[in-house]
Amino acid sequence: MKHAFVRAALCAALVLPAAAQAHKMWMVPSATVISGDDAWVTVDAAVSNDLYYPDHFPAQLDQLVITAPDGTTVKPENAATGKYRSTFDLAVPQKGTYRLALVNQGLFANYEIDGQKKRWRGKADELKSAIPANAKNVQVSEMSSRVETFVTQGTPSDGALKPTNKGLELVPVTKPNDLMVGEKATFQLLLDGKPAANLKVAAINGATRYRNAQDEMDTTTDKEGKFSFTWPAAGMYWVNASSEDDKTSVKEAKQRRLGYTATLEVLPQ
Amino acid sequence: MRRLISLLLCVTAIAPAAAADLNLTVEIPTLKVAEYHRPYVAVWIEREDHSVAANLAVWYDMKKADGEGTKWLKDMRQWWRRSGRDQTMPIDGVSGATRPAGQHQLRFTEGKPPLGTLAPGHYELVVEAAREVGGREAQRIAFDWPVKAPTHLSAKGTDELGQINLDLNP
Repeated sequence: MKHAFVRAALCAALVLPAAAQAHKMWMVPSATVISGDDAWVTVDAAVSNDLYYPDHFPAQLDQLVITAPDGTTVKPENAATGKYRSTFDLAVPQKGTYRLALVNQGLFANYEIDGQKKRWRGKADELKSAIPANAKNVQVSEMSSRVETFVTQGTPSDGALKPTNKGLELVPVTKPNDLMVGEKATFQLLLDGKPAANLKVAAINGATRYRNAQDEMDTTTDKEGKFSFTWPAAGMYWVNASSEDDKTSVKEAKQRRLGYTATLEVLPQ
Repeated sequence: MRRLISLLLCVTAIAPAAAADLNLTVEIPTLKVAEYHRPYVAVWIEREDHSVAANLAVWYDMKKADGEGTKWLKDMRQWWRRSGRDQTMPIDGVSGATRPAGQHQLRFTEGKPPLGTLAPGHYELVVEAAREVGGREAQRIAFDWPVKAPTHLSAKGTDELGQINLDLNP
């Protein structure tokens, strides 16, 4: 029951527009720019209010998909989920850029039984058995979200960055592990593989506990789905965009909620 | 005829000595800190577009077991981004062991590795130092190449680097 509630809370955190929610989901690697052939990173993954202090829920590591520079999927090691955060280690023996993604594709339902409100989250093929026959006011939404970060050993590469053409995805124009203060970085957002035009994108630097304002930077994607930020300070930025449409893959769902989040490290000059 | 050949040989042998050169002094300051490690230092020449014209020196910990020394090369952030991340260590004729505090003299001759041949133009010499559990600093000296007369240029570091002297000879 508790687990179900955590999952429900997680999906609420994942799919609501950035402005409407306090909870942010993220992955933060111990380093994004790596040298040496025997290199490792350790990664924290959580849903929190402040960036990046685990204070709410751990991320669900069953959603973790790690792509190596050669395009293969690789496994984390020492994965663990605690009270407030999940952690895992990743060996990075290949030269190039690794993509770490928490991919969430599923359904979210609200319904009432005997006047009591219930929530459910699960896969499409579980929907029929999960919602009781006497449920009323059943509202089913589909959700599709990605929470990503990137680490690079040696020269950045894009072999791991190919879009899957499902949901909202980021295609780097500027390499995601080549970001420096004062330099303009450009990325493209795709929705089901096509440019996601006119979408609001927010960026917030980490360490929010130590300042009074979120200092959120906002921009909007252009016709090609492209957006840019010129980083004012070094740090680990939480970059987020969300959207919704009615292109659902199951007929019970009337609405699809989409989210994309990346944590991007900006280094000092 | 033989005399001519030997004369020619002689001229050829002498010619490189007359080639333009670049003399550099890098000072690693003595620091009074609780835990001191020798800094990693990279010295390179950048073109105006920040591309690297020549890597001149990379001093890092080559003795650590299991290639642990290369783990911290990325802390020389600028060098790592401009060139280091594309290199395979060690770099022949460029990389070497870390050096102690003091003045270190380096001499580079045009036409010979690692300097090679620089096309006429505007360049920057960059010296970057990063120290384990310490700080990081980069100093730049702009120069035009080639020079018509011996030219003395310098920069002074504030934390991880001391006096840097660059003498260019035509």
